[in-house]
Amino acid sequence: MAITINGQEHDLSGDPRTTLLDYLRDDLRLTGTKKGCDHGQCGACTVLVNGMRINSCLTLAVMHDGDSITTIEGLGSLGSPSTLQKAFVEHDGYQCGFCTPGQICSATAMMAEIRAGWPSDASEELEGPIGATSEEIRERMSGNLCRCGAYANILAAIGEVAEEELS
Amino acid sequence: MRPFEYTRADRLEHAAQLSEAQEAMAIAGGTNLLDLMKLQVETPANLVDINPLGMGRIEDTDDSGLRIGALATNTATAVHQRVRADYPVLSRAILAGATQQLRNKATTGGNLCQRTRCYYFTNIDHPCNKREPGSGCGAIDGIARLHAVLGTSPQCIATYPGDMAVAMAALDAKVEIANAEGASRTVPVREFHRLPGDTPWRDNVLEDGEIITAVTLPAPVGGTQI
Repeated sequence: MAITINGQEHDLSGDPRTTLLDYLRDDLRLTGTKKGCDHGQCGACTVLVNGMRINSCLTLAVMHDGDSITTIEGLGSLGSPSTLQKAFVEHDGYQCGFCTPGQICSATAMMAEIRAGWPSDASEELEGPIGATSEEIRERMSGNLCRCGAYANILAAIGEVAEEELS
Repeated sequence: MRPFEYTRADRLEHAAQLSEAQEAMAIAGGTNLLDLMKLQVETPANLVDINPLGMGRIEDTDDSGLRIGALATNTATAVHQRVRADYPVLSRAILAGATQQLRNKATTGGNLCQRTRCYYFTNIDHPCNKREPGSGCGAIDGIARLHAVLGTSPQCIATYPGDMAVAMAALDAKVEIANAEGASRTVPVREFHRLPGDTPWRDNVLEDGEIITAVTLPAPVGGTQI
């Protein structure tokens, strides 16, 4: 069994109880992905599986044979940050930074979802173009909690990228 | 989490046979089951992964309805063109619940099977007839706010938490169920969930070894549904 993490193939073996989150952090030492609540409520563990954002704490690593996972380490680096990573720095979109990797992974997928025209609970119409309004971004990012309450700057960072990339 | 045997089912009959065993449970998205396993509320000895079975397709039926595969994710259903156009109440119900991360993983069958629950059920330090038959109900004489008012029994006052099933009930949807012998049956969504009665540990009408294969929606009624 094999799993691809940030473009690199890894062997999948070990205790079937291992969640994808624990596999990333403990087995591969990719500690950018954070364990917050470990119950799918806070979003700190958000990663992309074949491009879709999920809570890595609520899925078993063994169930991802053949999947391609992207973590915060795969989105950019210190020398070459992604557009969203740069925007979070520029807008000071964090305080302690614990929720930030999850926020950025989540927002990365959110851009693709809006581009694909997927509606949200905040969308007035189920069909038709989706505007990247602050109401839309707030609803779509509601699976990522920030205990420091840095939401205003998180929204500003994501809003700026959404305006550049989606309008 | 308690240790368990993990098996990947490659055929529907295989999955049904495996899940027929005592203390076996099927896992699809896992968003409810793994959460409960971490709390040791669910302690299956065998976990049967049904994801290799496919069953994720959403397709038109011959009578202009829609058949939603049991493994279609909540996101796939909510954003499907026909669901948005013809069954908007279903899109709206799904989008109103959970988060995008959870909806991307949660499946149609798994959502229907999510446990009817309350905070005494999820706390193993309290008695719960649903979790441990005969142990009593912590909720009835405890903090009962937000618990059931209708359909309760002296054994349990927990509520079913899903939104998707409510929209499906309104749409007269039916649940397709297969068993280990290869037979199948159909149950209306409205009759799929059980009231607690004397067996509060049974949330729905599924027998051991039965697996949901799809939910079918009848032809749309048209008009405005929300």
